[in-house]
Amino acid sequence: MMCNILSQIDTSLLVAVVLMALIGLLLGLIIGIVAKLFKVETDPRIELVTSLLPNANCGGCGRAGCADFAKAVVAGEVAPNQCPASSQETVSAIAKALGIEASTSFKKVAVVLCGGDKNQTKNWTLYNGVSDCRSAMLIAGGPKACSYGCLGMASCVRACPFGAIEIINGLAIVHSEKCVGCGKCVATCPRKLIKLVPAGSKVHVYCNNPEKGPAKKKYCNVPCLGCRKCDKNAPGKFKFEGFHAIVDYEAAEQPTLQDLDTIKCPTNCLLSAQEHLAIEENNPDHLEKSSANAESK
Amino acid sequence: MTENYLELTIGAVFVYNFVLTRFLGICPFLGVSKKIETALGMAGAVVFVMTLASFCTSVIYHYLLHNEALAAKGINLGFLQLIIFILIIAGLVQVVEIILQKLSPKLYSALGIYLPLITTNCAVLGVATINANVGRAVLPSTVFAFFSGLGFGLALLMFASLREKLDLAEVPKVFQGMAIALITAGILAMAFMGFAGLC
Repeated sequence: MMCNILSQIDTSLLVAVVLMALIGLLLGLIIGIVAKLFKVETDPRIELVTSLLPNANCGGCGRAGCADFAKAVVAGEVAPNQCPASSQETVSAIAKALGIEASTSFKKVAVVLCGGDKNQTKNWTLYNGVSDCRSAMLIAGGPKACSYGCLGMASCVRACPFGAIEIINGLAIVHSEKCVGCGKCVATCPRKLIKLVPAGSKVHVYCNNPEKGPAKKKYCNVPCLGCRKCDKNAPGKFKFEGFHAIVDYEAAEQPTLQDLDTIKCPTNCLLSAQEHLAIEENNPDHLEKSSANAESK
Repeated sequence: MTENYLELTIGAVFVYNFVLTRFLGICPFLGVSKKIETALGMAGAVVFVMTLASFCTSVIYHYLLHNEALAAKGINLGFLQLIIFILIIAGLVQVVEIILQKLSPKLYSALGIYLPLITTNCAVLGVATINANVGRAVLPSTVFAFFSGLGFGLALLMFASLREKLDLAEVPKVFQGMAIALITAGILAMAFMGFAGLC
Protein backbone atom coordinates (compact mmCIF):
# COMPACT_ATOMS: atom_id res chain seq x y z
CA MET A 1 0.00 0.00 0.00
CA MET A 2 2.64 2.48 1.09
CA CYS A 3 4.76 1.51 -1.80
CA ASN A 4 1.87 2.00 -4.16
CA ILE A 5 1.23 5.59 -3.04
CA LEU A 6 4.91 6.40 -3.24
CA SER A 7 5.20 5.14 -6.77
CA GLN A 8 2.11 7.08 -7.73
CA ILE A 9 3.53 10.30 -6.30
CA ASP A 10 6.72 9.51 -8.07
CA THR A 11 5.12 9.17 -11.49
CA SER A 12 3.03 12.35 -11.02
CA LEU A 13 6.07 14.24 -9.83
CA LEU A 14 8.21 12.88 -12.59
CA VAL A 15 5.65 13.66 -15.27
CA ALA A 16 5.14 17.17 -13.88
CA VAL A 17 8.85 17.95 -13.80
CA VAL A 18 9.50 16.49 -17.23
CA LEU A 19 6.45 18.23 -18.65
CA MET A 20 7.43 21.61 -17.28
CA ALA A 21 10.97 21.18 -18.53
CA LEU A 22 9.66 20.14 -21.94
CA ILE A 23 7.24 23.04 -22.20
CA GLY A 24 9.93 25.46 -21.10
CA LEU A 25 12.36 24.05 -23.59
CA LEU A 26 9.78 24.07 -26.36
CA LEU A 27 8.76 27.66 -25.68
CA GLY A 28 12.39 28.70 -25.52
CA LEU A 29 13.06 26.98 -28.81
CA ILE A 30 10.01 28.53 -30.46
CA ILE A 31 10.95 31.99 -29.26
CA GLY A 32 14.52 31.46 -30.38
CA ILE A 33 13.52 30.25 -33.83
CA VAL A 34 10.90 32.96 -34.26
CA ALA A 35 13.38 35.61 -33.17
CA LYS A 36 15.83 34.32 -35.76
CA LEU A 37 13.23 34.02 -38.51
CA PHE A 38 11.58 37.34 -37.90
CA LYS A 39 14.65 39.28 -37.01
CA VAL A 40 14.31 42.96 -37.76
CA GLU A 41 17.59 44.53 -38.69
CA THR A 42 17.89 47.58 -36.53
CA ASP A 43 20.73 50.01 -36.39
CA PRO A 44 22.99 48.78 -33.57
CA ARG A 45 23.81 52.39 -32.82
CA ILE A 46 20.21 52.96 -31.71
CA GLU A 47 20.64 50.39 -28.97
CA LEU A 48 23.99 51.86 -28.04
CA VAL A 49 22.58 55.37 -27.70
CA THR A 50 19.57 54.05 -25.78
CA SER A 51 21.86 52.38 -23.28
CA LEU A 52 23.76 55.63 -22.79
CA LEU A 53 20.63 57.71 -22.24
CA PRO A 54 19.11 58.06 -18.75
CA ASN A 55 16.23 55.76 -19.81
CA ALA A 56 13.85 57.55 -17.52
CA ASN A 57 11.40 57.88 -20.45
CA CYS A 58 10.43 61.30 -19.15
CA GLY A 59 9.36 62.63 -22.54
CA GLY A 60 11.11 65.94 -21.88
CA CYS A 61 12.63 65.87 -25.37
CA GLY A 62 9.17 65.66 -26.90
CA ARG A 63 9.68 62.09 -28.15
CA ALA A 64 7.95 58.90 -27.07
CA GLY A 65 10.58 57.70 -24.66
CA CYS A 66 14.34 57.30 -24.72
CA ALA A 67 14.37 54.65 -27.45
CA ASP A 68 12.51 56.94 -29.81
CA PHE A 69 14.88 59.78 -28.97
CA ALA A 70 17.86 57.52 -29.64
CA LYS A 71 16.37 56.67 -33.03
CA ALA A 72 16.05 60.35 -33.88
CA VAL A 73 19.60 61.07 -32.69
CA VAL A 74 21.03 58.30 -34.85
CA ALA A 75 18.97 59.53 -37.79
CA GLY A 76 20.49 62.96 -37.22
CA GLU A 77 17.13 64.60 -36.64
CA VAL A 78 17.97 65.92 -33.21
CA ALA A 79 21.15 66.64 -31.32
CA PRO A 80 22.08 64.50 -28.31
CA ASN A 81 21.98 67.61 -26.16
CA GLN A 82 18.23 67.88 -26.74
CA CYS A 83 17.73 65.43 -23.90
CA PRO A 84 17.00 67.64 -20.91
CA ALA A 85 17.78 64.88 -18.43
CA SER A 86 21.25 64.11 -19.73
CA SER A 87 24.32 65.62 -18.13
CA GLN A 88 27.05 67.11 -20.27
CA GLU A 89 29.09 63.89 -19.84
CA THR A 90 26.25 61.75 -21.16
CA VAL A 91 25.77 64.04 -24.14
CA SER A 92 29.45 63.97 -25.02
CA ALA A 93 29.57 60.19 -24.53
CA ILE A 94 26.71 59.79 -27.02
CA ALA A 95 28.30 62.24 -29.41
CA LYS A 96 31.59 60.39 -29.15
CA ALA A 97 29.91 57.04 -29.76
CA LEU A 98 28.28 58.40 -32.89
CA GLY A 99 31.35 60.30 -34.01
CA ILE A 100 29.73 63.71 -34.09
CA GLU A 101 30.68 66.94 -32.37
CA ALA A 102 28.89 67.23 -29.09
CA SER A 103 27.33 70.63 -29.37
CA THR A 104 29.02 72.89 -31.90
CA SER A 105 27.77 71.20 -35.03
CA PHE A 106 24.25 70.62 -33.87
CA LYS A 107 23.45 73.26 -31.33
CA LYS A 108 20.57 75.44 -32.23
CA VAL A 109 19.49 78.69 -30.71
CA ALA A 110 16.28 80.61 -30.98
CA VAL A 111 16.15 83.98 -32.66
CA VAL A 112 13.23 86.41 -32.78
CA LEU A 113 13.07 87.55 -36.37
CA CYS A 114 11.76 91.06 -35.81
CA GLY A 115 13.57 94.35 -35.39
CA GLY A 116 10.50 96.49 -34.89
CA ASP A 117 10.72 97.72 -31.32
CA LYS A 118 8.18 100.19 -29.97
CA ASN A 119 10.00 103.15 -31.54
CA GLN A 120 10.45 101.59 -34.95
CA THR A 121 7.04 100.11 -35.64
CA LYS A 122 3.70 101.85 -35.18
CA ASN A 123 0.71 100.52 -33.35
CA TRP A 124 -2.58 100.89 -35.13
CA THR A 125 -4.64 100.86 -31.97
CA LEU A 126 -4.46 100.88 -28.22
CA TYR A 127 -4.50 97.62 -26.33
CA ASN A 128 -5.46 97.51 -22.70
CA GLY A 129 -6.01 93.80 -22.32
CA VAL A 130 -3.99 91.12 -20.62
CA SER A 131 -0.31 91.56 -21.37
CA ASP A 132 0.11 88.31 -23.24
CA CYS A 133 0.81 87.92 -26.93
CA ARG A 134 -1.67 85.11 -27.37
CA SER A 135 -4.47 87.06 -25.70
CA ALA A 136 -3.64 90.13 -27.76
CA MET A 137 -3.69 88.07 -30.95
CA LEU A 138 -7.28 87.08 -30.23
CA ILE A 139 -8.42 90.69 -30.26
CA ALA A 140 -8.23 91.87 -33.86
CA GLY A 141 -4.77 90.37 -34.21
CA GLY A 142 -3.04 92.59 -31.68
CA PRO A 143 -2.20 96.28 -31.52
CA LYS A 144 0.87 96.26 -33.74
CA ALA A 145 0.40 97.74 -37.21
CA CYS A 146 2.65 95.05 -38.65
CA SER A 147 0.68 91.86 -38.41
CA TYR A 148 3.85 89.76 -38.54
CA GLY A 149 6.01 91.57 -36.00
CA CYS A 150 6.81 90.95 -32.36
CA LEU A 151 4.02 92.02 -30.00
CA GLY A 152 6.47 92.31 -27.12
CA MET A 153 4.12 91.04 -24.41
CA ALA A 154 6.56 88.46 -23.18
CA SER A 155 4.71 85.21 -23.80
CA CYS A 156 8.02 83.73 -24.92
CA VAL A 157 9.83 85.17 -21.91
CA ARG A 158 7.43 83.31 -19.63
CA ALA A 159 7.72 80.15 -21.71
CA CYS A 160 11.51 80.07 -21.59
CA PRO A 161 12.71 77.77 -18.79
CA PHE A 162 16.22 79.21 -18.97
CA GLY A 163 15.55 82.93 -18.77
CA ALA A 164 17.19 83.47 -22.13
CA ILE A 165 14.66 85.90 -23.58
CA GLU A 166 14.33 89.51 -22.58
CA ILE A 167 11.91 92.21 -23.67
CA ILE A 168 13.83 95.32 -24.57
CA ASN A 169 11.90 98.32 -25.87
CA GLY A 170 8.87 96.18 -26.50
CA LEU A 171 10.80 93.63 -28.52
CA ALA A 172 11.72 90.11 -27.52
CA ILE A 173 15.42 89.40 -27.84
CA VAL A 174 17.10 86.05 -27.26
CA HIS A 175 20.36 86.00 -25.37
CA SER A 176 21.91 83.26 -27.44
CA GLU A 177 24.52 82.35 -24.83
CA LYS A 178 21.74 81.30 -22.44
CA CYS A 179 19.57 79.61 -25.06
CA VAL A 180 19.70 75.80 -25.23
CA GLY A 181 17.42 75.52 -28.24
CA CYS A 182 14.58 73.69 -26.52
CA GLY A 183 12.02 75.33 -28.79
CA LYS A 184 9.45 76.17 -26.09
CA CYS A 185 9.31 79.79 -27.23
CA VAL A 186 8.87 78.72 -30.85
CA ALA A 187 5.76 76.82 -29.88
CA THR A 188 4.44 79.68 -27.76
CA CYS A 189 4.82 82.62 -30.14
CA PRO A 190 1.41 83.20 -31.75
CA ARG A 191 3.05 85.01 -34.66
CA LYS A 192 5.49 82.21 -35.35
CA LEU A 193 8.42 84.56 -35.72
CA ILE A 194 10.83 82.77 -33.44
CA LYS A 195 13.05 80.37 -35.29
CA LEU A 196 15.58 77.77 -34.20
CA VAL A 197 18.74 78.45 -36.15
CA PRO A 198 22.20 76.88 -36.06
CA ALA A 199 24.23 78.47 -33.30
CA GLY A 200 26.97 79.10 -35.85
CA SER A 201 24.88 81.57 -37.86
CA LYS A 202 25.57 85.02 -36.58
CA VAL A 203 23.64 87.10 -39.09
CA HIS A 204 19.87 87.21 -39.38
CA VAL A 205 17.24 89.13 -41.30
CA TYR A 206 15.23 90.75 -38.55
CA CYS A 207 11.96 90.87 -40.43
CA ASN A 208 9.24 88.28 -40.82
CA ASN A 209 6.77 90.19 -42.98
CA PRO A 210 6.32 88.82 -46.52
CA GLU A 211 4.39 91.84 -47.81
CA LYS A 212 5.73 94.32 -50.36
CA GLY A 213 8.36 96.81 -49.21
CA PRO A 214 6.39 100.07 -49.65
CA ALA A 215 3.46 98.62 -47.68
CA LYS A 216 5.75 97.75 -44.78
CA LYS A 217 7.49 101.12 -44.96
CA LYS A 218 4.21 102.79 -43.92
CA TYR A 219 4.32 101.41 -40.41
CA CYS A 220 7.86 100.22 -39.83
CA ASN A 221 11.24 101.89 -40.04
CA VAL A 222 13.28 98.70 -40.23
CA PRO A 223 11.50 96.28 -42.59
CA CYS A 224 13.09 94.06 -45.18
CA LEU A 225 12.25 95.82 -48.44
CA GLY A 226 12.97 92.81 -50.58
CA CYS A 227 15.61 94.77 -52.56
CA ARG A 228 17.72 91.63 -52.95
CA LYS A 229 20.88 93.60 -52.25
CA CYS A 230 21.94 90.86 -49.86
CA ASP A 231 21.39 88.15 -52.47
CA LYS A 232 23.42 90.06 -55.06
CA ASN A 233 26.36 90.69 -52.75
CA ALA A 234 26.40 87.30 -51.07
CA PRO A 235 24.80 84.88 -53.53
CA GLY A 236 23.51 81.56 -52.30
CA LYS A 237 23.25 82.59 -48.69
CA PHE A 238 19.71 83.96 -48.74
CA LYS A 239 16.35 82.81 -49.88
CA PHE A 240 13.13 84.70 -50.42
CA GLU A 241 9.68 84.11 -49.10
CA GLY A 242 7.13 86.49 -50.49
CA PHE A 243 8.95 89.82 -50.60
CA HIS A 244 11.35 89.37 -47.74
CA ALA A 245 14.75 87.79 -47.47
CA ILE A 246 15.62 84.99 -45.07
CA VAL A 247 19.06 83.71 -44.27
CA ASP A 248 19.25 80.24 -45.82
CA TYR A 249 20.07 78.34 -42.65
CA GLU A 250 20.43 75.08 -44.55
CA ALA A 251 23.00 76.48 -46.96
CA ALA A 252 26.57 75.28 -46.62
CA GLU A 253 27.83 78.79 -46.00
CA GLN A 254 26.14 81.22 -43.69
CA PRO A 255 26.50 84.98 -44.17
CA THR A 256 29.42 86.32 -42.17
CA LEU A 257 30.07 89.61 -40.45
CA GLN A 258 32.22 90.64 -43.45
CA ASP A 259 29.24 90.04 -45.72
CA LEU A 260 27.32 92.56 -43.66
CA ASP A 261 29.78 95.29 -44.62
CA THR A 262 29.62 94.54 -48.33
CA ILE A 263 25.85 94.19 -48.39
CA LYS A 264 25.00 97.39 -46.52
CA CYS A 265 21.33 96.62 -45.91
CA PRO A 266 19.44 99.87 -46.64
CA THR A 267 16.98 99.48 -43.77
CA ASN A 268 19.41 97.86 -41.35
CA CYS A 269 17.21 94.84 -40.85
CA LEU A 270 20.06 92.51 -41.79
CA LEU A 271 22.13 92.48 -38.65
CA SER A 272 24.35 90.30 -36.58
CA ALA A 273 22.77 89.13 -33.37
CA GLN A 274 25.23 91.18 -31.33
CA GLU A 275 24.52 94.36 -33.27
CA HIS A 276 20.81 93.78 -32.90
CA LEU A 277 21.14 93.40 -29.15
CA ALA A 278 23.47 96.39 -28.93
CA ILE A 279 21.08 98.64 -30.86
CA GLU A 280 18.22 97.82 -28.50
CA GLU A 281 20.31 98.01 -25.35
CA ASN A 282 21.83 101.34 -26.29
CA ASN A 283 18.47 102.84 -27.02
CA PRO A 284 18.10 105.92 -24.78
CA ASP A 285 14.77 104.64 -23.43
CA HIS A 286 16.29 101.40 -22.31
CA LEU A 287 19.39 103.03 -20.82
CA GLU A 288 17.21 105.38 -18.82
CA LYS A 289 15.13 102.53 -17.51
CA SER A 290 18.03 100.28 -16.59
CA SER A 291 19.88 103.10 -14.81
CA ALA A 292 16.68 103.85 -12.89
CA ASN A 293 16.53 100.19 -11.99
CA ALA A 294 20.14 100.22 -10.84
CA GLU A 295 19.49 103.24 -8.66
CA SER A 296 16.46 101.75 -7.06
CA LYS A 297 18.47 98.65 -6.24
CA MET B 1 -22.14 21.08 -23.21
CA THR B 2 -24.38 23.83 -24.54
CA GLU B 3 -23.23 27.34 -23.82
CA ASN B 4 -25.29 30.41 -23.25
CA TYR B 5 -23.72 32.74 -25.79
CA LEU B 6 -25.66 35.69 -24.48
CA GLU B 7 -23.83 35.28 -21.22
CA LEU B 8 -20.53 34.88 -23.01
CA THR B 9 -20.94 38.07 -25.03
CA ILE B 10 -23.17 40.68 -23.41
CA GLY B 11 -22.45 39.20 -20.00
CA ALA B 12 -18.69 39.41 -20.47
CA VAL B 13 -18.84 43.03 -21.53
CA PHE B 14 -21.35 44.42 -19.03
CA VAL B 15 -22.41 42.09 -16.28
CA TYR B 16 -19.10 40.45 -15.51
CA ASN B 17 -16.93 43.31 -16.71
CA PHE B 18 -13.36 42.43 -15.87
CA VAL B 19 -12.32 45.73 -14.45
CA LEU B 20 -15.49 47.11 -12.97
CA THR B 21 -17.13 43.97 -11.62
CA ARG B 22 -14.37 41.44 -11.16
CA PHE B 23 -11.68 44.02 -10.31
CA LEU B 24 -9.03 42.36 -12.41
CA GLY B 25 -6.53 44.32 -14.47
CA ILE B 26 -6.74 47.41 -12.29
CA CYS B 27 -3.09 48.26 -12.90
CA PRO B 28 -3.38 49.15 -16.60
CA PHE B 29 -6.85 50.54 -15.90
CA LEU B 30 -5.31 53.20 -13.67
CA GLY B 31 -1.94 53.38 -15.40
CA VAL B 32 -2.73 53.85 -19.08
CA SER B 33 -5.96 55.78 -18.81
CA LYS B 34 -4.64 59.32 -18.91
CA LYS B 35 -5.20 59.73 -22.64
CA ILE B 36 -7.85 58.22 -24.90
CA GLU B 37 -5.23 57.49 -27.53
CA THR B 38 -3.06 55.31 -25.31
CA ALA B 39 -6.17 53.74 -23.78
CA LEU B 40 -7.25 52.64 -27.23
CA GLY B 41 -3.84 51.12 -27.90
CA MET B 42 -3.90 49.25 -24.64
CA ALA B 43 -7.47 48.06 -25.20
CA GLY B 44 -6.52 46.72 -28.62
CA ALA B 45 -3.54 44.89 -27.20
CA VAL B 46 -5.62 43.37 -24.40
CA VAL B 47 -8.36 42.12 -26.71
CA PHE B 48 -5.72 40.60 -28.95
CA VAL B 49 -3.69 38.91 -26.24
CA MET B 50 -6.72 37.75 -24.23
CA THR B 51 -8.29 36.02 -27.20
CA LEU B 52 -5.09 34.36 -28.29
CA ALA B 53 -4.03 33.38 -24.79
CA SER B 54 -7.43 31.95 -23.92
CA PHE B 55 -7.48 29.86 -27.04
CA CYS B 56 -4.05 28.40 -26.30
CA THR B 57 -4.63 27.85 -22.60
CA SER B 58 -7.99 26.16 -23.12
CA VAL B 59 -6.41 23.84 -25.68
CA ILE B 60 -3.70 23.02 -23.16
CA TYR B 61 -6.30 22.62 -20.43
CA HIS B 62 -8.47 20.19 -22.35
CA TYR B 63 -5.88 18.16 -24.20
CA LEU B 64 -2.96 18.09 -21.79
CA LEU B 65 -3.93 18.85 -18.21
CA HIS B 66 -7.22 16.96 -18.35
CA ASN B 67 -6.21 14.33 -20.84
CA GLU B 68 -8.31 11.24 -20.26
CA ALA B 69 -5.58 8.87 -21.36
CA LEU B 70 -3.24 10.29 -18.75
CA ALA B 71 -5.95 10.41 -16.09
CA ALA B 72 -6.66 6.75 -16.71
CA LYS B 73 -3.06 5.99 -15.78
CA GLY B 74 -3.56 7.85 -12.53
CA ILE B 75 -1.58 10.89 -13.54
CA ASN B 76 -3.45 14.07 -12.75
CA LEU B 77 -1.72 17.23 -13.90
CA GLY B 78 -4.45 19.65 -12.84
CA PHE B 79 -2.21 21.18 -10.20
CA LEU B 80 0.14 22.47 -12.91
CA GLN B 81 -2.60 24.68 -14.33
CA LEU B 82 -1.46 28.05 -12.99
CA ILE B 83 2.22 27.72 -13.71
CA ILE B 84 1.65 26.37 -17.20
CA PHE B 85 -0.83 29.12 -18.01
CA ILE B 86 1.64 31.80 -16.94
CA LEU B 87 4.40 30.18 -18.95
CA ILE B 88 2.27 29.81 -22.06
CA ILE B 89 0.91 33.34 -21.94
CA ALA B 90 4.32 34.90 -21.39
CA GLY B 91 5.89 32.88 -24.18
CA LEU B 92 2.99 33.57 -26.51
CA VAL B 93 3.11 37.32 -26.03
CA GLN B 94 6.83 37.27 -26.63
CA VAL B 95 6.43 35.39 -29.89
CA VAL B 96 3.57 37.59 -31.04
CA GLU B 97 5.62 40.68 -30.29
CA ILE B 98 8.54 39.47 -32.38
CA ILE B 99 6.33 38.44 -35.30
CA LEU B 100 4.38 41.68 -35.15
CA GLN B 101 7.56 43.72 -35.25
CA LYS B 102 8.56 42.06 -38.47
CA LEU B 103 5.26 41.74 -40.27
CA SER B 104 3.46 44.89 -39.26
CA PRO B 105 5.72 47.61 -37.90
CA LYS B 106 2.76 49.97 -37.84
CA LEU B 107 0.69 47.75 -35.60
CA TYR B 108 3.80 47.06 -33.55
CA SER B 109 4.41 50.72 -32.89
CA ALA B 110 0.74 51.08 -31.91
CA LEU B 111 0.56 48.03 -29.63
CA GLY B 112 4.24 47.33 -29.10
CA ILE B 113 4.82 49.18 -25.88
CA TYR B 114 1.71 47.70 -24.32
CA LEU B 115 2.38 44.10 -25.19
CA PRO B 116 5.10 43.46 -22.58
CA LEU B 117 2.89 45.25 -20.06
CA ILE B 118 0.19 42.62 -20.32
CA THR B 119 2.34 39.50 -20.46
CA THR B 120 1.54 38.74 -16.88
CA ASN B 121 -1.54 40.89 -16.52
CA CYS B 122 -4.01 39.40 -14.08
CA ALA B 123 -6.96 40.01 -16.41
CA VAL B 124 -5.38 37.85 -19.09
CA LEU B 125 -4.54 35.11 -16.63
CA GLY B 126 -7.96 35.64 -15.06
CA VAL B 127 -9.81 34.82 -18.28
CA ALA B 128 -7.82 31.63 -18.68
CA THR B 129 -8.41 30.59 -15.08
CA ILE B 130 -12.13 31.39 -15.15
CA ASN B 131 -12.53 29.39 -18.34
CA ALA B 132 -10.67 26.49 -16.79
CA ASN B 133 -12.67 26.59 -13.55
CA VAL B 134 -15.96 26.54 -15.41
CA GLY B 135 -14.62 23.86 -17.73
CA ARG B 136 -15.57 25.70 -20.90
CA ALA B 137 -14.81 24.17 -24.25
CA VAL B 138 -12.29 25.79 -26.58
CA LEU B 139 -14.65 27.82 -28.78
CA PRO B 140 -16.81 29.33 -26.00
CA SER B 141 -13.62 30.09 -24.09
CA THR B 142 -12.22 32.06 -27.00
CA VAL B 143 -15.49 33.92 -27.55
CA PHE B 144 -15.70 34.71 -23.85
CA ALA B 145 -12.11 35.98 -23.83
CA PHE B 146 -12.68 38.19 -26.86
CA PHE B 147 -15.73 39.83 -25.31
CA SER B 148 -14.05 40.12 -21.93
CA GLY B 149 -11.28 42.00 -23.71
CA LEU B 150 -13.89 44.26 -25.28
CA GLY B 151 -15.37 44.85 -21.85
CA PHE B 152 -11.94 45.77 -20.53
CA GLY B 153 -11.49 48.12 -23.46
CA LEU B 154 -14.88 49.71 -22.85
CA ALA B 155 -14.10 50.33 -19.20
CA LEU B 156 -10.65 51.70 -20.04
CA LEU B 157 -12.01 53.99 -22.72
CA MET B 158 -14.79 55.33 -20.52
CA PHE B 159 -12.38 55.93 -17.70
CA ALA B 160 -9.84 57.62 -19.99
CA SER B 161 -12.42 60.01 -21.41
CA LEU B 162 -13.63 60.80 -17.90
CA ARG B 163 -10.08 61.52 -16.83
CA GLU B 164 -9.50 63.78 -19.81
CA LYS B 165 -12.57 65.76 -18.74
CA LEU B 166 -11.36 65.74 -15.15
CA ASP B 167 -8.12 67.38 -16.22
CA LEU B 168 -10.13 70.42 -17.21
CA ALA B 169 -12.39 70.42 -14.18
CA GLU B 170 -11.74 72.33 -11.03
CA VAL B 171 -11.02 69.63 -8.49
CA PRO B 172 -10.65 70.45 -4.78
CA LYS B 173 -7.02 70.31 -3.76
CA VAL B 174 -7.31 67.22 -1.56
CA PHE B 175 -8.91 65.21 -4.35
CA GLN B 176 -6.52 66.18 -7.11
CA GLY B 177 -4.71 63.58 -9.17
CA MET B 178 -5.03 59.91 -8.32
CA ALA B 179 -7.60 60.48 -5.56
CA ILE B 180 -10.29 61.76 -7.88
CA ALA B 181 -9.35 59.07 -10.41
CA LEU B 182 -9.98 56.35 -7.83
CA ILE B 183 -13.28 57.92 -6.79
CA THR B 184 -14.33 58.07 -10.42
CA ALA B 185 -13.37 54.42 -10.89
CA GLY B 186 -15.46 53.52 -7.87
CA ILE B 187 -18.51 55.34 -9.17
CA LEU B 188 -18.05 53.69 -12.56
CA ALA B 189 -17.89 50.29 -10.87
CA MET B 190 -21.08 51.04 -8.93
CA ALA B 191 -22.79 52.00 -12.18
CA PHE B 192 -21.76 48.70 -13.73
CA MET B 193 -23.16 46.82 -10.72
CA GLY B 194 -26.52 47.92 -12.10
CA PHE B 195 -26.15 45.31 -14.83
CA ALA B 196 -26.07 42.49 -12.29
CA GLY B 197 -28.75 39.88 -12.92
CA LEU B 198 -29.16 40.86 -16.57
CA CYS B 199 -28.04 37.45 -17.74
